[in-house]
Amino acid sequence: MRILCNGEAREIASGIRVTDYLDQLGLDALSVVVECDGKILTREEYGSHALQDGAVLELIRFVGGG
Amino acid sequence: MLTIAGRKFRSRLFGGTGKFSSPEVMKEALAASGCEMVTVALRRIDLNNPADDIMSVLDRERYLFLPNTSGARDASEAIRLARLARASGGGEWLKLEVTPDPRTLLPDPIETLKATEELVKEGFKVLPYMNADPILALRLQDAGAVAVMPLGSPIGTNQGVLTRFQIEIIIAQAQVPVIVDAGLGAPSHVAEAMEMGADAVLVNTAIAVAGDPVRMARAFAMAVEAGRIAYESGLGAVSKDAAPSSPEDGLGFLR
Repeated sequence: MRILCNGEAREIASGIRVTDYLDQLGLDALSVVVECDGKILTREEYGSHALQDGAVLELIRFVGGG
Repeated sequence: MLTIAGRKFRSRLFGGTGKFSSPEVMKEALAASGCEMVTVALRRIDLNNPADDIMSVLDRERYLFLPNTSGARDASEAIRLARLARASGGGEWLKLEVTPDPRTLLPDPIETLKATEELVKEGFKVLPYMNADPILALRLQDAGAVAVMPLGSPIGTNQGVLTRFQIEIIIAQAQVPVIVDAGLGAPSHVAEAMEMGADAVLVNTAIAVAGDPVRMARAFAMAVEAGRIAYESGLGAVSKDAAPSSPEDGLGFLR
């Protein structure tokens, strides 16, 4: 199935959970905030939230800024 | 000691974390600055090149993180960024920035006030970046801002305190701490702001892009301290007419 992740179309395994998808991308779940279809997920939801076909995912983190 | 929203700060210099040449230089420069609060921004992760996590570089016991909403062009974008910052573990503190015009990066006063009202309701400790407008400072204070952050000059310009007249009024009227932010490009600029009675200053670019950011951070820290001590000590009055500093009496033997 396809999702849109940070503006890029990505092919992912059907029903994959957020926590596993972050693992695949090599991202530390504690350093990432996830917005799925406009809704912010809590860290507790990463393990239970399964991505749906067509999901729009934003993976955000802190960077240097003034 | 400076207190903002019940939290005490020994240092009146706040640091930014942008534009440093490396995380190591940033870490060392922030340590040299003595600052206890640092701003951070929120951005999409570049999936093809995920940079190091800034949160892993900085000691959260040492620094209070002040996430900003930089990049927001209206209140709704700023509110979305604020909620993401809180969900990222950024806490309740927020530097609210709403800058619709990328050329000037001047803050939108109306959207900033709207976002302040909403975010205060949501429990954020809001420090709005604002133009140096005394009336707006009072409106933001009434809306629940825990401090106000008037600009000295536009972000990243290093032009110093071009808004002196307005900032003097803001300082005289404000019931919340006044943190002069943006455009402070040299230690003399922050000394000036502190001599005027600003409660604190925020510096990013001038330290980050210096030839030696670590020593420059130290220079800024010293200037902030000097300016504060001067303010507390009571500066002499400014006058147009000269007044001799040596006695006028006792010159009879000359003529």
